[in-house]
Amino acid sequence: MDVVISGLLLGGAYALVAMGLNLQYGVARIMNLANGELLVLGGLAAFWAFVSFGLSPLLTLVIVAPLAFVGSWAMYRLLLRPLVRRAKSRGQLEVDSILATFGISFFLVGIMVSLRAEYFAYSFLATPVQLLGTTVAANRLVAALIAAAIAGALYLWLNRSRPGMAVRAVAVSPEAAGLVGIDVDRVSAFAFAIGGAVTAIGGCLISTFVTLDASAGVIFTMKALIIVIMGGVGDIRGAIIAALILGLVETAVASIIDPGLTLVAAYAIFLAVLLFRPQGLFGQGSA
Amino acid sequence: MPDILRCGAILLAVLAVAALPLLADGYWLSIAVTIMMYTALSTSWALFSGPTHYIALSTGAFYGVGGYLVATGMSDFGTSFWTMMALSPFVAALLAGAIGIATLRLSGVYFVIFTLGLAEMIRNLVSWVQNNFLGSKGLYVLTELEERHIYWMLLAVTLAVFLFGWRLGRSRMGFALRILGNDEEVARHVGIDTARTKVLLFMTTGFFAALVGAIVAPRYYYIEPNVVFSPELSFLVVIMALLGGTRRLYGPLLGVIPFTLLWETVSASFPSATTMVLGLAFLLIVYLIPDGVTGLIEKLGKWRAP
Repeated sequence: MDVVISGLLLGGAYALVAMGLNLQYGVARIMNLANGELLVLGGLAAFWAFVSFGLSPLLTLVIVAPLAFVGSWAMYRLLLRPLVRRAKSRGQLEVDSILATFGISFFLVGIMVSLRAEYFAYSFLATPVQLLGTTVAANRLVAALIAAAIAGALYLWLNRSRPGMAVRAVAVSPEAAGLVGIDVDRVSAFAFAIGGAVTAIGGCLISTFVTLDASAGVIFTMKALIIVIMGGVGDIRGAIIAALILGLVETAVASIIDPGLTLVAAYAIFLAVLLFRPQGLFGQGSA
Repeated sequence: MPDILRCGAILLAVLAVAALPLLADGYWLSIAVTIMMYTALSTSWALFSGPTHYIALSTGAFYGVGGYLVATGMSDFGTSFWTMMALSPFVAALLAGAIGIATLRLSGVYFVIFTLGLAEMIRNLVSWVQNNFLGSKGLYVLTELEERHIYWMLLAVTLAVFLFGWRLGRSRMGFALRILGNDEEVARHVGIDTARTKVLLFMTTGFFAALVGAIVAPRYYYIEPNVVFSPELSFLVVIMALLGGTRRLYGPLLGVIPFTLLWETVSASFPSATTMVLGLAFLLIVYLIPDGVTGLIEKLGKWRAP
């Protein structure tokens, strides 16, 4: 039961991050490998505000979200759109965007190392709480609840609002979306920026219970990618379920076998997905 | 140039390069070993990733497999350096084959993502096995080999890679690969088994990377999984190959030499700036020289003599 509860709580935070990446890859069609660094940047902001000003991470994320939105929007406009314009084929764009976002990711790590080379360790809401017969840390619970609230809001916005419908239309087919009068360029930039904001919020939340450091991003990018692929690209509901599965399996492996094997567990899941369901948990047809 | 002259020139160049340890030692020999190592790694990387456009980030993983197998073979099982050196490339090639079969049938992104964390994942797995089953004592690679011997062995591997690349360019498989790189759909329609071609070539990349890792292992003396399974190595190889350009066999060489010198300087003088340099190098390549130095030279040549 311990494993199930803490696995689900961890999965909740993963879900938020994977949702951010899913918006960027599914709609703007940019495989953003700097996604994990944005997460760590959010964590660094939460750490810095807490240590310097005693600001609660829950307040910091209100400030971080618009900053990450603007930052991601600028990144898309200035660095990635030229690649979209230049690319002759989908494959070319994929290679270029992978290399460019790797560059951005290393650049961000470099900046963060110069800002703070040690771990971002701080203690926030580290009090035990009783939940369904087991004890969990309050920060994990709060993080998972906020993640669930944001995920829910995002889901409703995508499925019930007009702008959300435009975003989904671009995800399905940029050409057809353009034909019905949707400004594909603007919607892509917007989705990319929302994705960045959501990821940075995830970083603020995760930093309350995982000790991050400047180079921790790539592992989170990796996990978010595994979740997106397992859930099916562009499928928010799939991503949430995939995130919960990954959280559960990782927690189970860490507590039953060895904490050093969580990445190995993630890879085992990834391999199983690639071999048996490359189109995602709920996807149909071939990938 | 007649063929005989060209062969003679190449032979002379190889002899000159092989004579280097007789002239230089210490710092410059160690730089030469590093350059030789990256030349072998990035040239064999470019043979696969150049035509297929699949960015493989697995070099560090295979290099680590080579180094680690030598270390554990010598420390835990008492086998000789030469046995392990001969064995490890085949282990890595099998591993590459398995990874290739699982990922290369799908879109390129899945392959990139899978190779991205591969070195780290194998490192975790190996550390776990080492701590739980083999005892966590240190792994020593003590041999009689000196720096110049390592240099000559790496030179032999580099020559083998070039020879393989040259033969490949003239073979049916090389032809198939070029079609595949231009358009996979077309390749499939003319009857090329695209998955098999990609997997086979990926296996050769794994083979050479592990061989290099095994040869270089005596340079470390003491091996820890954290050192040999370095994700950084994978990125360096990608940068060097792309900087030089992957369309010519000698392209990566033109990226390896300047970048190794730059990298050595930065790591020695500004160790905290290495990650930033790596990032800037990627951005520079994507935005300014997408076809590498060789592409740039060719473009300039065309422009001057239309």
